Amino acid sequence: MNAAAPVVSGGASPGAAAAGAAAGAAGEAAGEAAGGAWDDAALAADLLALDPCGLGGARLRGRPGPARDAWLARLAAGLPPGAPLRRIPAHIGEERLLGGLDLAATLGAGRPVTQKGLLAECDGGAAVLAMAERAGATVAAHLGMALDAGAVTLARDGVEGAAPARLAVVALDEGAEDGEGAPPALVERLAFDLDLDRLRPVASPPRDVAAARGRLPGVAMPAPLMEALCAATVALGVASPRAALFALRAARALAALDGRSEAGEADAALAARLTLGPRATQLPAPPQEEAAEDETPPDETPDDETPDDAPEPQAPPEPEPDDAQEDAAPDLDALTEMMIAAARAALPAGLLEGLGAGPQARGGGAGTAGALRKAATRGRPIGARAGRPEGGARLDLVETLRAAAPWQPLRRRAAPGRAGVLVRREDFRIRRFKRPAETVTIFAVDASGSAAAQRLAEAKGAVELLLAESYVRRDRVALVTFRGATAELALPATRALARAKRALAGLPGGGGTPLAAGIDAALAEAEAALRHGWTPTLVLLTDARANVARDGAGGRPRAMAEAMAAAARVRALRVGALIIDASPRANPDAAALAQAMGARYLALPRADAAMLSGAVRAAQDGA
Amino acid sequence: MATVFPFSAIVGQEEMKRALLIAAIDPGVGGVLAFGDRGAGKSTAVRALAALLPPIAVVAGCPYGCDPAAAACAGPGCGKWGGPSAAAPTPVVDLPLGATEDRVVGALDLERALTHGEKAFEPGLLARAHRGFLYIDEVNLLEDHLVDLLLDVAASGENVVEREGLSVRHPARFVLVGSGNPEEGELRPQLLDRFGLSVEVSTPRDLADRILVVRRRDAFDRDRAAFVAEWAAEEETLREKILAARARLPEVAAPDAALEKAAKLCIALNADGLRGELTLLRAARALAAFLGDGGVADAHLRAVAPAALRHRLRRDPLDEAGSGARVARALDTVLAA
Repeated sequence: MNAAAPVVSGGASPGAAAAGAAAGAAGEAAGEAAGGAWDDAALAADLLALDPCGLGGARLRGRPGPARDAWLARLAAGLPPGAPLRRIPAHIGEERLLGGLDLAATLGAGRPVTQKGLLAECDGGAAVLAMAERAGATVAAHLGMALDAGAVTLARDGVEGAAPARLAVVALDEGAEDGEGAPPALVERLAFDLDLDRLRPVASPPRDVAAARGRLPGVAMPAPLMEALCAATVALGVASPRAALFALRAARALAALDGRSEAGEADAALAARLTLGPRATQLPAPPQEEAAEDETPPDETPDDETPDDAPEPQAPPEPEPDDAQEDAAPDLDALTEMMIAAARAALPAGLLEGLGAGPQARGGGAGTAGALRKAATRGRPIGARAGRPEGGARLDLVETLRAAAPWQPLRRRAAPGRAGVLVRREDFRIRRFKRPAETVTIFAVDASGSAAAQRLAEAKGAVELLLAESYVRRDRVALVTFRGATAELALPATRALARAKRALAGLPGGGGTPLAAGIDAALAEAEAALRHGWTPTLVLLTDARANVARDGAGGRPRAMAEAMAAAARVRALRVGALIIDASPRANPDAAALAQAMGARYLALPRADAAMLSGAVRAAQDGA
Repeated sequence: MATVFPFSAIVGQEEMKRALLIAAIDPGVGGVLAFGDRGAGKSTAVRALAALLPPIAVVAGCPYGCDPAAAACAGPGCGKWGGPSAAAPTPVVDLPLGATEDRVVGALDLERALTHGEKAFEPGLLARAHRGFLYIDEVNLLEDHLVDLLLDVAASGENVVEREGLSVRHPARFVLVGSGNPEEGELRPQLLDRFGLSVEVSTPRDLADRILVVRRRDAFDRDRAAFVAEWAAEEETLREKILAARARLPEVAAPDAALEKAAKLCIALNADGLRGELTLLRAARALAAFLGDGGVADAHLRAVAPAALRHRLRRDPLDEAGSGARVARALDTVLAA
């Protein structure tokens, strides 16, 4: 997808040469690369239009622009005539998404009248989810269920039933920052993952999708090709069987587009590039002998940097991925190599750094988000009470009708001429919402030499205690560590506590204390949390002996001054904060830092578990 | 009903399949929780189970699915009691995310209230799930108050509705099956041990298995009817095994030695309460019945212990090794003795 990517695997293996040729659409020359990437994207649009239900959909990363518009236009052109293509806002209510009671019709008819939801209205076409990065887990789950089942089941507001919803979902993902993006549960069910941000649409002749659609059911898939695709998923560390199925269907669709009745190697290679490339979580080592002959080693993906301990989030038994990789290596026949080579071509540059930080950190495009937005979550409905639908309160229609129902015969007798349901003011019920008080506790842990020497273990212990506390309260936690010259986000905000623990256990110690960088990183995470509408709390665990400035230069006074300035920014953001002084004896600098930050201060020597958790809670309340 | 992927064609996932079969043989084990990777086939297995289960006899037209062999209609009177009976598929009811409480427990029948001004009870999903299964995908995303309610009804076997001037109670005995992905958020620890069995699901790591998964799924997608027909014999065999196991279940003995080992295991693991022991035994018994064995032996305990106990350990929330490994260790010590 990235500019120079197709050259990467240029001659890694004989199969790859074939793959390169097969992937001719991608454009061999670097100059055409941008156009080539657009061709890939356009091809994905055609494939999706050809088999919307089988391929599930696509995630389009990037901000609104001509590329996105052109892509959507291409998809619309390819879909069968009359097929719906509807836009779904990220904050759509469940009653519109799934369907429910039709207010006007119900009142008019005097009996419940149901209304189709958007998902059912999209049957046979595609739904475009706008601002997918803002979509909640619930919306993602509904879309996921519709994609899995090809239908929506409904059981709400006095309505029950199922409606067909065979559709593709196009998730427009404008998530700009790491850790922000469309819900993984949704992305997993979409065949394509395209980065349109840097693409310039090129007019290309339309393909005959309609004719291909007629051919698709008859396209055969040779078994060796299917096996090679499966092997490629293993080698690329793609865990979900869905990915292999998507590759399979894409290969079939490619053959159908090309007017053939059997998928060939070229189809499979291209399908692997389109569907497996963006999902890769590890890079298989290319065969050594070929690599030696090859004069143009893959510069973006040096093999020795392939992380041996490539994170396998879903794989608790750690040694297994390595075994799998070793086992798989000798079995890779030429075909599989070809698939992998093709998929590798789609790996964006800098993927390795992304892999190092875990899957959460992937997926962010370039660019910056707009200004900080105040999250406008309305909360979850928790019931209804009598009241007037005014001042922003929303009428709960069903409960209102229920309240009115028993009185209908009486009221009708009193007002014989009136038709429909007789609703009076005292019947009005309004919805009550629970504000989601979701919190994120951001731990910034000083792992520098000065702190580590005596106290890192204790500090880890303290953080673990706090993590356990957060777990019980079902908070999210994020972990920032700083040592040497820089700070890093060891763990983006998550509820998966086992991951937090792992990140902490692997925390190396030593080096200088880049306190300002540490606070900056924590602050960035706090801002990200605010964008999500969560309430961040910052817990800074340090001995406050800052000696590395932001630019990596040594020197205590400047480092400390910068740290103080960073602390003032935390205060300005009005984020609840707690500083745990990890020095052997209480350090006045830490207390001063706490004051600058508007944070509570706690010296570790005196802290026990109860005190720590009490202090964190106090910091959260005092935010 | 739409054609579903046959249960016997599911590749691997032995622990999950075993847990579901145990729940089908003895609904008393108290629900199954399946947590794990996306795309590992959790929902597929549950929906497949629906197609696999043998039909049950019901009073025709009864919204509560009453058993004609029971003493009386247990519901609030549907007027069908004493009428002809009919065979109906074992209900496997989906609880969609976003379901509202009124649809789950049942509520005032809006239509009748609006058109006739009658106060009538319209049964909800719980009534439909009676004598069958209630499946919640993404259970960790379900509203907490709904989960509480479901677990309460599942445990008591009775649905009590007190709303809108209605006061209704009807039996709702069902097996609760929940699934989810831990990355989306974990289930409240308080709720975990309310499920009888808990299984961890992961995608197959073996290449041959993966190829098989993809091949079968692809064959199914290409021609559903043919694929289902191809597996019909296997499904029938499995169905008969379930029925035979149900019939045999009361005769399966649980020798004192097995009771003692189950107790020892729970003590060694420091599992809270007696529920763990009871579930362990029940599950082992159901498994023995399924395998055609006369009594509970070590092998049965070993096979079901991880699912019966892993979610009951007083766990260090940060324990990385996973409680499955702890159960395995304890099994080795206790069963070796």
